[in-house]
Amino acid sequence: MKIHEYQGKEILRKFGVATPRGIPCFSVDEAVKAAEQLGGKIWVVKAQIHAGGRGKGGGVKLARSLDEVRQHAGSILGMQLKTHQTGPAGQQVRRLLIEDGADIKKEYYVAALTDRATQQVAMMASSEGGMDIEEVAHQTPEKIIKVFVDPLVGLSDAQAKQLADGIGVPADSQAKAIDTFKKLYICYMETDASLAEINPLILEAGVDGKAGNIKALDAKFNFDSNALYRQPEIVAYRDFDEEDADEVEASKFDLAYISLDGNIGCLVNGAGLAMATMDTIKLFGAEPANFLDVGGGATTEKVTEAFKIMLKNPKVKGILVNIFGGIMKCDTIASGIVSAAREVHLSVPLVVRMKGTNEDLGKKILAESGLPIIAADTMADAATKIVAAVN
Amino acid sequence: MSILINKNTKVITQGITGKTGQFHTEKCIEYANGKNCFVAGVNPKKAGEKIFDVPIFASVKDAKAASGATVSVIYVPPAGAADAIWEACEADIDLAICITEGIPVRDMLIVRNKMKQKVARGGKETLLLGPNCPGLITPEEIKIGIMPGHIHRKGRIGVVSRSGTLTYEAVAQVTELGLGQSSAIGIGGDPINGLKHIDIMRMFNDDPDTDAVIMIGEIGGPDEAEAARWCKDHMKKPVVGFIAGVTAPAGKRMGHAGALISGGADTAEAKLAIMEECGFTVTRNPSEMGKLLKSLL
Repeated sequence: MKIHEYQGKEILRKFGVATPRGIPCFSVDEAVKAAEQLGGKIWVVKAQIHAGGRGKGGGVKLARSLDEVRQHAGSILGMQLKTHQTGPAGQQVRRLLIEDGADIKKEYYVAALTDRATQQVAMMASSEGGMDIEEVAHQTPEKIIKVFVDPLVGLSDAQAKQLADGIGVPADSQAKAIDTFKKLYICYMETDASLAEINPLILEAGVDGKAGNIKALDAKFNFDSNALYRQPEIVAYRDFDEEDADEVEASKFDLAYISLDGNIGCLVNGAGLAMATMDTIKLFGAEPANFLDVGGGATTEKVTEAFKIMLKNPKVKGILVNIFGGIMKCDTIASGIVSAAREVHLSVPLVVRMKGTNEDLGKKILAESGLPIIAADTMADAATKIVAAVN
Repeated sequence: MSILINKNTKVITQGITGKTGQFHTEKCIEYANGKNCFVAGVNPKKAGEKIFDVPIFASVKDAKAASGATVSVIYVPPAGAADAIWEACEADIDLAICITEGIPVRDMLIVRNKMKQKVARGGKETLLLGPNCPGLITPEEIKIGIMPGHIHRKGRIGVVSRSGTLTYEAVAQVTELGLGQSSAIGIGGDPINGLKHIDIMRMFNDDPDTDAVIMIGEIGGPDEAEAARWCKDHMKKPVVGFIAGVTAPAGKRMGHAGALISGGADTAEAKLAIMEECGFTVTRNPSEMGKLLKSLL
């Protein structure tokens, strides 16, 4: 689950990581009031959407007067913000963050994430803050410093210092950087995050000869969906406007659904088999319209909902059902398909491939239903038939 | 023969009295020599009782002491599953198989590091299969997990996959071609798990009764590439490889928490290329895994 930047900063502050002062807003008037309340002479108006690259897309603007705050808030709020992470349609901006301007001396990058290979938490930092980290990893991999943290021990002082040294934090700000890294690690673990990224982490210019502060100028979080049951405060941050409406609807029925760009809807049991089915569709010359895993315990109701969700997509010109009956019996699924097809008055070609437990019984139910269902033996056969039916 | 389990293996079931545990334990007992294999169950509140004629104990330790079992299968719900794995480990079980889907990643991180720490301090190593896996089967001998027994047939082909139904797909193809499986193993779809492709490939390589292997992977993570590189130098048997997720868009979660494309090197295409380079016979058509394997024998 993803959250907005301003929510991420709330979490960081709770764990003691410094951020600029800021106020989330939902309208232009609120934005101006927020700037007044913050005071000062310079503000940042930031679009809040669940995607990175907002600055490049025109979603982050500096304002030097309240008029400029009003002007930028007006242009950003409601815009379709397009970034490399939103897809070509972009994402509508519904929330803003008005923040104090910062006096940036240096920008760094720091992130915590789970490393599958070492089965530890990787803390990654770079002197190249404010840039796309994938780009840094590609161009100058030596500028990314990594330490691997044993969760039974936690991030040690030595490891945190290694990060601070590695990215060149000046000596008089090292203690602050080390403290920030340790707090970020604790925040990552305690919130069941799967990614906690601060890009940029900034070193502010020091005042009166004092060392500059270290602050999180951005915050990107992703949370482990398996752990949400014990993170009610994180769940409260969920913003359904940022999620695909069909994916949200599907999740209510315990269906794993992801919409894609093709025109063949597919309904499969098991995530691996679902991906393999999509791949087969592509191999035979078409593109899948979705990923849909009905899981292990599909009922007639679930299958009907799955059909409804797939058919909401106007691009769908045909449906391929691929079921490997294990615990789930083919006859149960077949009954579900027949009743779903009747209920939704199915008007696109439907190819069904069924295998496994009670396969013959399932095929019989489909054949005797009187519906124009095309039967297939293998995944390849099913893909060939649905592609032919659609073209 | 087979890898990891055979008809003489004695198994403890953790979570035997839950709905899922009961359902699958009954099927496992019915399969081949299952009646003699599933010798104990665990539920602290029901110690002394029996289910399907299997005695229930308060802990894995008690169950192991009374039954001599060396393997444990876990159906405990997600919130308590990592603790159940650790309990099996503390009882010095040889192999713990965790079927449970939906365990928080942090819990798995902690239990995996506790397991490593135990071994580093000289303790006995417990192998872990899963979590979020279908389990494993040695056809016509023993089935531990949730796979449909009837699609399997005794034979000399090893099958290993992260995904449950995709394992069944490969197994069914092999069976339909008149071949059979030495063992079929689902290692699970979670990002933090126990045995990996490389571990299973090592075992199949050493198993005198496995002639060839179908290795199935998914997008995300370095495991398949690592296994392929090991095979390049060590594998004496032909391997057919398939990776699911060529059509998966980056950054989207495809059901399995582990199946998430994050960088460049863990895409399906990148993994297929590495497997090919390492001597696997790779297919992009999952309907042909069986046929392709047969052509290599």
